[in-house]
Amino acid sequence: MHIVVCIKQVPDAAQVKIDPKTNTLDRSSAPAILNPYDAHAVQEAVNIKRLYGGRVTVLTMGPPQAKDIIRKSLELGADAGILLSDRAFAGSDTWATSYILSQGLSELRAREPIDLILCGKQAIDGDTAQVGPGIARRLNIGQLTYIQKVESVDFVERSIIVHRRVDQGYEVIQAKLPCVVTVEKEINELQYSSLPEMMRAAQYQPLVWGVNDIHAEVNNMGLNGSPTTVRKIFSPPERTGGERLTGSIDDMANQLVNVLLEKIS
Amino acid sequence: MSIRQEVIIVGGGVAGLSAAYTLAKAGVEVMVLERGLNSGTKNVMGGVLYRQMMEEMIPDFWKEAPLERRIIEQRFWLMGKDSVTQSAYKDMSWDSPPYNNFTVFRSKFDQWFAKKCTEAGVLILNETLVTECIIKGNKVVGVRTNRPDGDVYADVVVLADGVNSLLAKNLGFHKEWTSDQVALAVMEEIKLPAKVIEERFNVGPETGATIEIYGESTQNMMGTAFIYTNKEHVSIGCGTLLSQLSKSNIKPYELLEMLKQNPLVKPFIEGGESAEYYAHLIPEGGYHSIPRLTGDGVLVIGDAAQLVNSIHREGSNLAMTSGRLAAEAILQARRLGEFDEKTLSIYPRSLKESFVYQDLAKYKDAVHIMERNPAYFNHHLPAVNSAMKEILTVDGKSKRDKQWLIVKSYFKGRSFLKVLWDLFTLGKAMK
Ligand SMILES: Cc1cc2nc3c(=O)[nH]c(=O)nc-3n(C[C@H](O)[C@H](O)[C@H](O)COP(=O)(O)OP(=O)(O)OC[C@H]3O[C@@H](n4cnc5c(N)ncnc54)[C@H](O)[C@@H]3O)c2cc1C
Ligand SMILES: Cc1cc2nc3c(=O)[nH]c(=O)nc-3n(C[C@H](O)[C@H](O)[C@H](O)COP(=O)(O)OP(=O)(O)OC[C@H]3O[C@@H](n4cnc5c(N)ncnc54)[C@H](O)[C@@H]3O)c2cc1C
Repeated sequence: MHIVVCIKQVPDAAQVKIDPKTNTLDRSSAPAILNPYDAHAVQEAVNIKRLYGGRVTVLTMGPPQAKDIIRKSLELGADAGILLSDRAFAGSDTWATSYILSQGLSELRAREPIDLILCGKQAIDGDTAQVGPGIARRLNIGQLTYIQKVESVDFVERSIIVHRRVDQGYEVIQAKLPCVVTVEKEINELQYSSLPEMMRAAQYQPLVWGVNDIHAEVNNMGLNGSPTTVRKIFSPPERTGGERLTGSIDDMANQLVNVLLEKIS
Repeated sequence: MSIRQEVIIVGGGVAGLSAAYTLAKAGVEVMVLERGLNSGTKNVMGGVLYRQMMEEMIPDFWKEAPLERRIIEQRFWLMGKDSVTQSAYKDMSWDSPPYNNFTVFRSKFDQWFAKKCTEAGVLILNETLVTECIIKGNKVVGVRTNRPDGDVYADVVVLADGVNSLLAKNLGFHKEWTSDQVALAVMEEIKLPAKVIEERFNVGPETGATIEIYGESTQNMMGTAFIYTNKEHVSIGCGTLLSQLSKSNIKPYELLEMLKQNPLVKPFIEGGESAEYYAHLIPEGGYHSIPRLTGDGVLVIGDAAQLVNSIHREGSNLAMTSGRLAAEAILQARRLGEFDEKTLSIYPRSLKESFVYQDLAKYKDAVHIMERNPAYFNHHLPAVNSAMKEILTVDGKSKRDKQWLIVKSYFKGRSFLKVLWDLFTLGKAMK
C-alpha cells in the first residue's frame, strides 16, 4: 500500500501583507509554511497507513526551500519525500503545475506502484483548487474532491469509501483505487509529533528531481507552457456602510417602503 | 527508546545559537530545543547588533547575514516635554569594513544564524518546549519536553532560555526576579520609505543612526527610549524598570504612545505605518543579580544569566560571548571527560576575564543607585534642559542673573549637600 501526498509550500496567510499601492501580495514578508489543507492530507495518509499498513511519500514542486515542508510532513509521520525543483518549472500556472506533478507521479509509480493520491482541497495562496483534479485527469484516474471523511479503504477489492461535502450535507461515495482525493480540514485533527519523529524529520534529506528525471517536456511548463494570464489582481472594494433605519418597527417599515418607492421611481 | 546527544541547548536565541555553532564546528553532537516556530519568532531587540562578537564566531558574517543598516552615528538626547539637549558622535570609518555595529531584525537574523548552525551540523528542533531538567542525584542528565517520547539525555545541558529562565529558577539557581531586576520594554516597528528615513536621519542608503533618549521619554522614570533606523522601518521603543513602572500606574503602551506623540519625536515617524508591536522583559539587575552559572552537567548563558549591560544597551553581544565561552568550557570538559560543576567552572572563570563580567562589575552599583534615588531621573536630568533654556533664551536678562537663576532652580527642592552627594555617588559608581 503506497500513498502519495502532493504538498505545496505557501506564505502564511495570517502574515501576508497586501501592498496597498500595487494590490499584490507581498510574499517576502510572510514565512513559508506547509499549505494547511495539505497538512491534513498528510495526516490522513498517515492515519490510513497506521490502520492498514503501507508507506507514505510526499511530493512537492517548488524551490529548494520547499524541503522544509517535506521535513514538516515527516514530522507528521510520512516516510519519504521528493522535491521537484528545476529552473524550467518557474512561472508554471495550475495547468503546467499539474503536468509537472503528474510526470513526477508517473516516475514514482514506475518505481513503486501508487494506490492512492491525496491533495489538499486548495492552496491558500493560489486558491484555485485545480491542481488535484488536473493530476487526476492527466493520470486518467478518478477524482474525489472536498472530502471530509475517509470511511474505509479496501486494498483487496481496491476501493475507497468517502464522505464528500456538498451544500446541504455530504455524499457517501465509493470509488476505485487508485484515485485522487482532495481533502477538507475537518477530515482529521493534526497530531502532535513525538520527539523521535521530530529528530528523524530534522535530519531527513529528500530526493530532488529535475526536468530530466521526470521525462517532462519543457514546452509544457514554465511561463511558455502556461495558458493562464493574469489580467489584474485587486482587493475587492470595501463595502460602504449602507443606510441605517431607526425607530419603532412600524416607523422603520414605513421608512423602508418610502426608500424603496423612491428608488424605483 | 531513549535519545542521547552530547550537548542539549535550551533556547534558540543568539546565546543558544552561539554555543551550538561553536560546539558543532568543533565536531560535537549538539541539539537545540526552541519553543518558537523557529529561531527569531520569540526574540525581541531594539536592533543594534555588535559586529565584533559575531565575527569571533563567523568571520565576515556581514557579507551574507540579513542586516538592516550599518550605524555611523549615535545620538544621545536628554529630553524634556518640548525641549532636548543633544549630543552625537558620527564616524565615517564605521561605514567601511570591519564596521562597528548594525541594526537587525531578530526575526530574520536569528533565522539566518539558525541556518548556519544547521549547516554546521546542529540539530535544531523548533516548536518544542522544555518543561524541566531531568536530574539524577545532583546532576542534570537531560531535559523533558512537551512532546510524546520527549525525554532527551546529554552530558551537558546549556540553559539559554532567556530572561525568565524558569529552568534555572527550578534548579534553584535564582529566585523569581524582583521588579527592580527587570525592565519592561515595548517597541514598535514603523514602516517608512527608505528615502524618507535617509532624509530624516541624514544618512545614506546603507547607513543608519541611533538615538538613545533619557528623561521625559520614560516620564522621568528610570529607563531609556530609543529610535533606530532600519532599511524601511524605524524602530521606536522604551523600557522602564518594572518596579518604577508599576508604581507610576502608567501602562507600558501608554508610555510608548506618549513618546510617539512628543513633538520632538513625532517628525521622525510621521506618516509611517505600524508594522509590528512587541513587549519583552530585559534583565537589568546587573552584576549583583548574576545567578549561579554552573552546576553538575549544566550551564546558564545570555539573558537567562542576567548578562545585560543596561547602561550601554548591550545584551545580544554579551549573550553571544557567554554562549561561545560556555561552549569552549564544554570542549575542555569533554577532553577531560568530566562534566561536574568543578570542571565546568572553566566557564564562569573565563567569563570573569572577559568584557562581559568586567563591564557589569564596573557598573555594579550604578543601576541600583539610580533606582533607589529617583532624583537622577526627575531632578538632575530635567535640570540640564532648564539650564540650557535659561542660557540660550535671549530675553534681556544679564548672563550673571541667568547663572544665578539656574543655580537657584537647580537647588530648589534639593539641598546643596544632597546634590553633591547624588553626583558623587553616581560618579563613583560609573567611573
Ligand atoms: C500565469 C501564472 C504564473 C504563475 N507564476 C508563478 C511563479 O512564477 N511562481 C509560483 O510560485 N507560482 C506561480 N503561479 C501560481 C502557481 O501556478 C499556482 O500557485 C500553482 O499552480 C498551484 O495552484 P493553486 O495555488 O491554485 O493550487 P490549488 O490547485 O488550489 O492546490 C490544490 C492542491 O494541489 C496540490 N498542489 C498545488 N501546487 C502544488 C505544488 N507546487 N506541489 C505539490 N502539490 C501542489 C496541493 O495538494 C494543494 O492542496 C503562477 C500562476 C499563473 C496563473
Ligand atoms: C526592547 C528591547 C531592546 C533591546 N535592544 C538591544 C540592542 O539594541 N542591542 C543589544 O545588544 N541588545 C538589546 N536587547 C537585549 C537583547 O535582546 C537580549 O540580551 C538578547 O536577545 C539575549 O539573547 P538570549 O539568546 O540570551 O535570549 P533570547 O533571545 O530571549 O532567547 C531565548 C530563547 O529561548 C527560548 N525558550 C525559552 N524558554 C524555553 C523553553 N522552556 N524551551 C524551549 N525554548 C525556550 C525562547 O523562545 C527564545 O527563543 C534589547 C532587548 C529588548 C527587550
